[in-house]
Amino acid sequence: MEAFAFYLFSGIALLSALCIVLSKNIVRSAVWLLGALGGVACLYFLLNANFIGAIQLIVYVGGTLILIIFGVMLTSKSPWVAFTPTRGQVIAAALVAVLLAVGMCTLLLRADWAATATDTPLAESPMVEQLGTSLLTDYLVPFEVASVLLLVVMIGAAYLSRPEK
Amino acid sequence: MLSPEFQDSLRSIFEIGLTHYLILSVLIFSLGILCMVTKRNAIGILIGIELILNAANINLVAFSKYQTGGLDGHVFALFVILLAAAEAAIGIAIFMNFYSTLRIIDVDRGDELRW
Repeated sequence: MEAFAFYLFSGIALLSALCIVLSKNIVRSAVWLLGALGGVACLYFLLNANFIGAIQLIVYVGGTLILIIFGVMLTSKSPWVAFTPTRGQVIAAALVAVLLAVGMCTLLLRADWAATATDTPLAESPMVEQLGTSLLTDYLVPFEVASVLLLVVMIGAAYLSRPEK
Repeated sequence: MLSPEFQDSLRSIFEIGLTHYLILSVLIFSLGILCMVTKRNAIGILIGIELILNAANINLVAFSKYQTGGLDGHVFALFVILLAAAEAAIGIAIFMNFYSTLRIIDVDRGDELRW
């Protein structure tokens, strides 16, 4: 059952990622990104990371994806305009990507993961409460830095996208 | 009956472990790299970066479940999602500025430092 769910969701994510790369049209790429993000969110639920899956759906699918689609709308006179790279660029890029994938797969298939695996695997459903506690104790400094960063991003984005004087 | 080697390979296919998630993450990462370097539309590059960050997040959450057993990977994934949202907001703002100055969104043609 778990294997079936894993192969279904990873298939959705991989197929969507492949379609993002292959589609010439940027609007189609943005829509396929929805499938990829949704598939990855389902994998988080499968990995007992319910809160991360929910955040993925809310922040990525509800926020970032909408932002990207707005960006597409605002930055092209016609959304169907396509720029295609030259054949040489595509061949070089595909070569690099295949080399990366084969190299990293070889490395991680050789590693002995069982030697370092934990004896106490994660509980069936980790509590949001635990996550919140660790955010405000162990990870307090990164948490506060992140909130300042978000403020800086808000001001910076408003400044950058202001209308010309 | 089935030979032991065949049973082993069958088990490695149907018993999902850490390696399955790592291989999926490698494939999504490579597709993200491919998307980033082949798209000439600036927003296409942003989409590629989102794919790469998602691949990293799958790694973090999978290691959190199978290797450390703690919540550290989850917290880290949370920060990665936050940074991805911030990066997308700033990226879109920069591209809109770029577009309003040059009237193009093709990164290969934005080769002047000062307009």
